[in-house]
Amino acid sequence: MGTTPVTSTPVEAPKPAAKTNRIGLQVLDYRGGKTTLCAGCGHNVISERIIDAFYEMGVQPERLMKLSGIGCSSKSPAYFMSRSHSFNSVHGRMPSVATGALLANRTMKALGVSGDGDTASIGVGQFVHMMRRNVPLIYIIEDNGVYGLTKGQFSATADIGSKLKTGVINDLPPIDTCSLAIQLGATFVGRSFSGDKKQLLAMLKAAIAHNGTVVLDVISPCVTFNDHEGSTRSYKYMQEHEEAISEVGFVPHFQEIDVEYDPGTTINVEMHDGSHLRLRKLHEEYDPTDRIAAISALMSAHAKEEVLTGIFYIDTQKPSFTDMLNLVDEPLGTLPDERVRPGRQVLDDVMQRLM
Amino acid sequence: MATEHVALVAGAEGGTSVKPDTKQQSTQGNVVNDFSIQIATVNGSGSQSANLVLLKSIFRMGIPVSGKNLFPSNIAGLPTWYTIRASKDGYVARKKEIDVLIAMNPETSKEDMLSLPPGAAAIYEESANLQQFRDDVACYPVPFDKLTAAVCPEAKLRKLVKNMIYVGVAAQLLKMDMAAVEAALRKQFAKKVKAADLNWAAVQAGYDYSSTTFTKSDPFVLDVMNETAGKIIIDGNAAAALGCIFAGCTVAMWYPITPSSSLVENFIDYAKRYRVGEDGKATFAVVQAEDELAAIGAVFGAGWAGARAMTATSGPGISLMAEFAGLGYYAELPGVIFDVQRTGPSTGMPTRNQQGDLLSVAFLSHGDTKHIMLIPGSVKECYEMAQSAFDLTEQLQTPVFVMSDLDLGMNNWMSEPFAYPDKPLNRGKVLSAEDLTKLGGFARYKDVDGDGIGYRTLPGTDHPLAAYFTRGSGHNEKAQYTERPDDYFNNMERLAKKFETARSLVPRPEVVQTGKSKVGLIAFGTSDFATRESRDQLSKEYGLDADYLRLRAYPFSREVQEFVASHERVYVIEQNRDAQMLSLLKLDLPAEEIVKLRSIRHFNGLPIDARSVTDDLVTQEGI
Repeated sequence: MGTTPVTSTPVEAPKPAAKTNRIGLQVLDYRGGKTTLCAGCGHNVISERIIDAFYEMGVQPERLMKLSGIGCSSKSPAYFMSRSHSFNSVHGRMPSVATGALLANRTMKALGVSGDGDTASIGVGQFVHMMRRNVPLIYIIEDNGVYGLTKGQFSATADIGSKLKTGVINDLPPIDTCSLAIQLGATFVGRSFSGDKKQLLAMLKAAIAHNGTVVLDVISPCVTFNDHEGSTRSYKYMQEHEEAISEVGFVPHFQEIDVEYDPGTTINVEMHDGSHLRLRKLHEEYDPTDRIAAISALMSAHAKEEVLTGIFYIDTQKPSFTDMLNLVDEPLGTLPDERVRPGRQVLDDVMQRLM
Repeated sequence: MATEHVALVAGAEGGTSVKPDTKQQSTQGNVVNDFSIQIATVNGSGSQSANLVLLKSIFRMGIPVSGKNLFPSNIAGLPTWYTIRASKDGYVARKKEIDVLIAMNPETSKEDMLSLPPGAAAIYEESANLQQFRDDVACYPVPFDKLTAAVCPEAKLRKLVKNMIYVGVAAQLLKMDMAAVEAALRKQFAKKVKAADLNWAAVQAGYDYSSTTFTKSDPFVLDVMNETAGKIIIDGNAAAALGCIFAGCTVAMWYPITPSSSLVENFIDYAKRYRVGEDGKATFAVVQAEDELAAIGAVFGAGWAGARAMTATSGPGISLMAEFAGLGYYAELPGVIFDVQRTGPSTGMPTRNQQGDLLSVAFLSHGDTKHIMLIPGSVKECYEMAQSAFDLTEQLQTPVFVMSDLDLGMNNWMSEPFAYPDKPLNRGKVLSAEDLTKLGGFARYKDVDGDGIGYRTLPGTDHPLAAYFTRGSGHNEKAQYTERPDDYFNNMERLAKKFETARSLVPRPEVVQTGKSKVGLIAFGTSDFATRESRDQLSKEYGLDADYLRLRAYPFSREVQEFVASHERVYVIEQNRDAQMLSLLKLDLPAEEIVKLRSIRHFNGLPIDARSVTDDLVTQEGI
């Protein structure tokens, strides 16, 4: 592949004319309700990419659980993949709901949609413990630096010096959700920009192939409250300050690997399901398996006022939380009576010991 | 009825049957099998084994017995008391008076001694010299350290072994059956033969010292009965855990909090033993959460995805679960929450007993929420209601709270052995892919059957019409987002109807009624034990035969109103300051019944006792 950018578009099927994916579904089968978010909101673009990613990966919509907390971002699961069960939960508490749902049915894929307030402020407790456990969930932070639904207060990811429309300037340091994620045990950590269609789609598809906690911090400008001059989360700011650490290419497991790559410039990661990530280095020291290097890159970029994007860290070996628990293969929730209620002699045995 | 057996100890049909035993009462001047023993120790001194050996020895002698651990919030150093009550009549409530004191804590021994009624007996460390404080108490000073050193060469074990000396002294003074004591001790140390031998030697040393030194000058003796054969001893938390095992609970997420922690810990023990396949794979998942918010969130997530999920907590945890509890109510999510109640608030007396969460749980959260509460009144009901709770939560698609308390949950109680469940699990209204094909779809929140309960699907149901969107109250019958007034109103009315359905599904109260008495008593949970005993006191001492209704659930079933309607005065007996159950009754009953309600409350942190109930009632009755 060499210097040619690796694209996420499958080389063979489906052909542009074909209306179905590898499991015979149309993109229509992945759509959701009409969005009620503002026109131009970055979140809507992310929803589009989610639809594309699940369509292109050929995930049966019924095999996905969508979960969210509270906020503009957390409304968005209603706007994609209506054929998937969805749970709009409590502010900042989606990780626990997702954890429970996955314990009940570990055979499902799970996608959590959160925002910067929902994650980094009210939800930071559950966020860190989800990552510590490596709960197998794609956790997307639709990050715009403000609370939209309550009309534009700063969130905890806002940069120092970022200005609100009202002129208020943020003077507290931001929580870098990606650094936090790498430190606390998430096994797939990246940042993207809702305006970067190609990168975001490739990252989402790779996220689907991963088994463990995926944290994707997606900068998603709020056109109503945080897209003005002086904001560090505006479209303009992102266009001027985005700095990709690598170019993300993804070869799904169902596609033949006929793309060569240059091991000197591109890192190949074989994923849980047999898919391959092809990460072409744009930074000299880039090594997505090195946590310390990843955090260092994030901190350096921040010091230079760059918004670093790409996949920063990936660990395909660490077992996911539901794997660690050594559960039966079938969903716990629907095991038949005889597998969850011990027999009469067990009770007799217990009673005997208590006499 | 589920609770008949609880009366193990208390005779059938609610009342406590007094069975005069001529043999026992013939022992001249003696008080046989009817007194309490209080062991005052220092927390962390390892007295629990000794206390359990005493309790179980009495049990093995066939004498109805109960034990209560009255302990501080502390790992080591603060005073703690263990109370054992032997009662030939089967009374298991805390006895207000202490008859036999074993004073092992120098910090409290003077106060312990002074609190005894005249005629009591006291065993204590010789050097404490407690006889100086009382000349109306039978005194048995024991040189514990000297006796311990003689049987236990290893100095670091002496602190523990010392406790067994008092077992021996008490056994000798109370004329206990030493074969029963040895059997109880050897079972206690089942896997550690060396420890058993050492401890048995200490018991014997205490026994020998007592028999060669003391002339018995108190009336308290234990004599073999045949009232415990076939019975078990278990605490309420272990019983509830066992109920969860047989209810097919598959997910538990919890945050440790006294007095509920041992419920989940017991669940883990049982599940590891009985719910792991030969391939080592488990049919359960237990996760220690970061806090109670996460615990309840995971329970609802799991319940939503089809699992029988539970958590166990106490008051402070309940407070933290409030927001989620509301979502559980509105989004109609199954989940079982065990609230092992204690005194409030988070700091203060967390290891003391109270029935203090009734009002907060009944309406936990914001908006118009109300919740189902099951209220076990015995260890057997902890076991049975754990199972009912899972059936009800899935049947009704709403959270179900099981309101135990510290006294029931953490103390040992005698019981009939538990019965194997005779019905299959009731998993409620869940549609499969085949159902959806047949029906051509479904509306999640439509009241198809007229009981207020809709049909649901589980994530993973392989049908394009299976999915629905779960959110709070802003949804129509088809689970679509709406803020239309009529949709909200209709949904709320349906939820209210569902609560009415619950009224007829929850466990009914247990009623003992002659039809003659003008006075009725209402109690529930651990207030039951004292109430039963108080009824006997009222009858024997005052000729007052009060009828009795024991509540077992909220919402109240129709028997409750009927009971109040058929009496002139109804005393609601509970362990909290603000008459919380009475308040709930007031919300439910018509005005002409409310005026009949009177309140008897006990709220000093100790479990309620019969004498306090009797005295309060007699005062209010003016007799």
